[in-house]
Amino acid sequence: MSATGIGAPVRRKEDHRFITGQGRYTDDINRPGQAHAYFLRSPHAHATIKAIDITAASGMPGVLGIFTGDDLAADKVGGLICGWMIHNKDGSPMRAGPHPALALGKVRYVGDHVAVVVAETLAQARDAAETIEVDYGVLPAVVDTASAAGAKTVVHAEAPDNTVFNWHLGNKDETEAAFRAAKHVTRIDLVNNRLVPNPMEPRAAVGDYDDGDGVFTLYTTSQNPHVARLVLSAFIGIAPENKLRVVAPDVGGGFGSKIFIYAEETVCVWAAKKVGRPVKWNSDRTEAFLSDAHGRDHVSHAELATDAEGKITGLRVKTTANLGAYLSTFSSSVPTYLYAPLLSGQYDIPAIYCEVDAVYTNTAPVDAYRGAGRPEATFVVERLVEVAARELGKDPAKFRMQNYVKKFPHQTPVIMMYDAGNYAASMKKALEIIDYKGIGKRKRDSARNGKLRGIGFSSYIEACGIAPSAAVGSLGAGVGLWESAEVRVNPIGTVEVLTGSHSHGQGHETTFAQLVSDRLGIPIDNVSIIHGDTDKVQMGMGTYGSRSGAVGMSAIVRAVDKVIAKGKKVAAYVLEADEADIDFADGHFAVKGTDRKLDFGSCALQAYIAHKFNGQDLEPGLKEGAFYDPTNFTFPAGVHICEVEIDPQTGVTKIERWAAVDDFGNVINPMIVEGQVHGGIAQGVGQALLEGARYNADGQLLTASFMDYCMPRADDLPSFEVGMTVTPCPSNPLGIKGCGEAGAIAAPPAVINAITDALGHEDIAMPATPQAVWRAAQKSVTRMAAE
Amino acid sequence: MYAFTYHRPASARQAAGLLAKKEEAKILAGGHTLLPTMKQRLAAPSALIDLGACADLKGIARKGRTVVIGAMSTHAEVAASADVQEAIPALAYLASHIGDPHVRHRGTIGGSVANNDPAADYPAACLALGATIVTNQRKITADDFFTGLYETALEEGEIITKVVFPLVSKAGYAKFRNPASRYALVGVFVAKRGSDIRVAVTGAGEGGVFRWPEAEEALKARFAPKSLEGLKHSADGINGDIHADAEYRAHLIGVMTRQAVAQATGK
Amino acid sequence: MATLSMTVNGKPVTATLDPRTLLVQFLRENLRLTGTHVGCDTSQCGACVVHVDGKAVKACTTLAVSLEGASVTTIEGLAVNGTLHPMQEAFREHHGLQCGFCTPGMIMSAVDIVNRRGHALDEKTIREDLDGNICRCTGYHNIVKAVAAGAEAMAGHGMETKEPPRQAAE
Repeated sequence: MSATGIGAPVRRKEDHRFITGQGRYTDDINRPGQAHAYFLRSPHAHATIKAIDITAASGMPGVLGIFTGDDLAADKVGGLICGWMIHNKDGSPMRAGPHPALALGKVRYVGDHVAVVVAETLAQARDAAETIEVDYGVLPAVVDTASAAGAKTVVHAEAPDNTVFNWHLGNKDETEAAFRAAKHVTRIDLVNNRLVPNPMEPRAAVGDYDDGDGVFTLYTTSQNPHVARLVLSAFIGIAPENKLRVVAPDVGGGFGSKIFIYAEETVCVWAAKKVGRPVKWNSDRTEAFLSDAHGRDHVSHAELATDAEGKITGLRVKTTANLGAYLSTFSSSVPTYLYAPLLSGQYDIPAIYCEVDAVYTNTAPVDAYRGAGRPEATFVVERLVEVAARELGKDPAKFRMQNYVKKFPHQTPVIMMYDAGNYAASMKKALEIIDYKGIGKRKRDSARNGKLRGIGFSSYIEACGIAPSAAVGSLGAGVGLWESAEVRVNPIGTVEVLTGSHSHGQGHETTFAQLVSDRLGIPIDNVSIIHGDTDKVQMGMGTYGSRSGAVGMSAIVRAVDKVIAKGKKVAAYVLEADEADIDFADGHFAVKGTDRKLDFGSCALQAYIAHKFNGQDLEPGLKEGAFYDPTNFTFPAGVHICEVEIDPQTGVTKIERWAAVDDFGNVINPMIVEGQVHGGIAQGVGQALLEGARYNADGQLLTASFMDYCMPRADDLPSFEVGMTVTPCPSNPLGIKGCGEAGAIAAPPAVINAITDALGHEDIAMPATPQAVWRAAQKSVTRMAAE
Repeated sequence: MYAFTYHRPASARQAAGLLAKKEEAKILAGGHTLLPTMKQRLAAPSALIDLGACADLKGIARKGRTVVIGAMSTHAEVAASADVQEAIPALAYLASHIGDPHVRHRGTIGGSVANNDPAADYPAACLALGATIVTNQRKITADDFFTGLYETALEEGEIITKVVFPLVSKAGYAKFRNPASRYALVGVFVAKRGSDIRVAVTGAGEGGVFRWPEAEEALKARFAPKSLEGLKHSADGINGDIHADAEYRAHLIGVMTRQAVAQATGK
Repeated sequence: MATLSMTVNGKPVTATLDPRTLLVQFLRENLRLTGTHVGCDTSQCGACVVHVDGKAVKACTTLAVSLEGASVTTIEGLAVNGTLHPMQEAFREHHGLQCGFCTPGMIMSAVDIVNRRGHALDEKTIREDLDGNICRCTGYHNIVKAVAAGAEAMAGHGMETKEPPRQAAE
């Protein structure tokens, strides 16, 4: 392995600009003559809009334009879309209400967009917005996930019982039979708490319109600028694709929340033409809390059937998923096809049946957030398995290993065909790292100090890559989930790689360059990665679902292979040999069995000067593209073990140790991969211990700033002990699986299993705040005293 | 923020003159409560009188059996002051745990005391230590100073110039932080000066900082954590919010009081 | 309008500005020093941390006009003559950043920690002193490593601390 090759912990190429303050984020972009947008938002969770009076506001200093939903409608600007069609149990399509970018007659959540003011300065826009008079007819709000279906208050007339869909997956009859035959049934009720993604960079947009060419440009905080362009063009109708450029420059984290096409970005680019000026909007943090798509928010009842030997024979789940007030871009896919297919976990379960009711409420839309459906599934499976082991008096690690899938490929009853894995290897390694044998002593030591110690397991599996396109199409996706790459070799052998993936912290500029440098045998500094601009990269699907490695890099491999193939043709002419006799290795094209060779840079030059071959026989130049469509999902899996100590006096849970052993298949850059694991765990710990979006009964968001929504800080977390096992993925040319979401998927059940182990009972919900744990510990203390 | 005029007097006297002249003026000390409030447009002063250049409001000094802290002393300065560390280490400890390092570089004792945020730390220290709040017009004992949520005895036009802390034989502070905001969910400052024992609680009271007479009484027998065993604060009059209900906060008052006494007694 | 004279990254700056201009707005909008970021409205995330007279402060909670005569250092002013500051190097070397948005504030805070507490920092101290900086990407694991390494490197590089290190008050 070279110092910069595949498998090396290469330091990141992109870091120089970030550590010197030269990153270029959307809010750093300022266009000449730029005006500022301020969105007037609904203070009510649910209200009709009887009238909007902008008379006074229009005359305020600096105001360039004030627009409402009627203005968008008059311009035939369409509503925001949901790109995944789900069908009900009876085969009928889901019931979705319209989603106008600016409200039309009704607002449906606090923060919903009522009007936009464009003015010379942001302060002027805000001043003017404060003088807009909106006559609201306030309606009761429906907020609670569990009771939304059938509530008197109806969010959308199109869904009169607030149910967007009732959907199911699995083998129902077999599952019922398995439960009838079960020796033991474990039953749990779970709430998967609503989270706010909170990338540190708030969303932002700069819309620009060039009247000379009739071209719109939108600079925005997007994980997938091409998808944004597609939606803005084909569905919302801003402009044809060739007249709309979308640029996603440096993006300060996304975690899913920047996949979606939102109202603000749409309105900014449209308004730029209306006012004849570039229009900038930058979300403040409270706006982010109110109107970024939230994550999770499930209420579930789950059951696990086991036989006399402790073999899992069946699993069934009934889940209600809160989708908020409108269907966000991919919201419908999250509690369905990204959720139920993962309910087999790492286990060989012959019968699984899952029902999901998705509901509308007067809350912010809910969509994909790091893990998207898979953390919810893993929480169900790993809590069930842990509780079952306890009820059966079995060691939770052994119970898991007994039930692991051991033969591959393995077809689950819920769509997925697991292609490769070695789950026991990860478990054994994790047990060693955490010193499982010593846990009894550590628990006794804690008890002597008046503390409660517990250990919790999580054997997670996820499905990444999200593909093949034909398969997701058959499940209702409105798009394909391939990825594109173009490898442009310059005449002196430097390389630009254009990718449809988008990096917003994942380090693609390094990892992708490592791959190309390794494959072409050229210095890593000779490789530049270009992404995030629809004018440069022709088409792409963006970055989410841990897909950039497995799908994005596979596309690059395909394009690189084509470059090498073309290079061989060029080299054959130059070296006067038969093309079949040319080998490519270590950056050189060589004639088999001779010392005649041509380095990659010289080959590139020969391709461009085209002196050694006839242009009719071989096209000059060296540039190749590829679209790669995966053959299967990839299945990263692993075991995380969390050890906690609880102070029953205060309820504070301290994470003492964390062992993470993940199998991501082959790894290009272990430093970056480990960083992804760390960050994922932190978000998962946040969900388990700290974070939770809370609305009151009127639909007011009580946690609308960092004062009330608890973000994980450095002193909330330990250092993590990270190990890896490697089972190469057979479904892509690199054998890689994806690592971006693993930590966030694995962590919540590990934490809660550790806390419940410490408490000695299962009665604790997420987030397990000090107050909640203190209260739960009262029961433990009482019980301990009784014993 | 709404527009305002900005003034930067060089002394407390000049500041008082400006304050008397300007309608709807507000004093700007460290700004770490006022500026966020103004950013959210929840306050709209017509003028800001920045005390940052008032040299006479700065400085920390030991004077006889007291420590005198200028109103514009930052939390970091109080925490780092050798005089405070030696005379009342618990006060230095408290200052070193307000907010975060950046906040401590700007936030001031005068601003904190004048604002009397129910979750602020300093009011507990002032009340427990029996501090005197000195203004440009008079001296006010801490007992009289903190009058309710964000309410103090300060009159219009009155500016805090310094806070005088009498030395005590023992003192300790323990805080349970709000996990999100890092303000005090419950903070308890205990102080012993001869037979005078004071226990002051911040973060928990519906009416702001308050004393806990039962704990003070219990500690009179013996100033030790053991004296507090079994003693519980009632949940009546205690705050409840999404982070902690009244019952939990009331429980934490007991825990934090024991921790504060343990710190004060070096146990 | 009000006038302001200060030093930013070693260069004198004078301006006439609306008094409500926050330091972060002045840096980003007037001086186009966009390395200092805004990540919240409530003075908690620390993306905006710069040094004022050698001390870390939140530029989102400081009026520019209140800093008459002050010396301000931003992330852009940390490297000297093109040579990265040891703390910048340490963040790169230890992968202490992912999306990079919190990074300028993190690095400025990290240098401030060293200025206050010296070069030998244990994990607990670093974690506690990063209380005013939120990162959503890294889980802090590598940031903590970077700060410890950067602190040591600052000693090795003869990066004198601006004040004598002192013990924590506790």
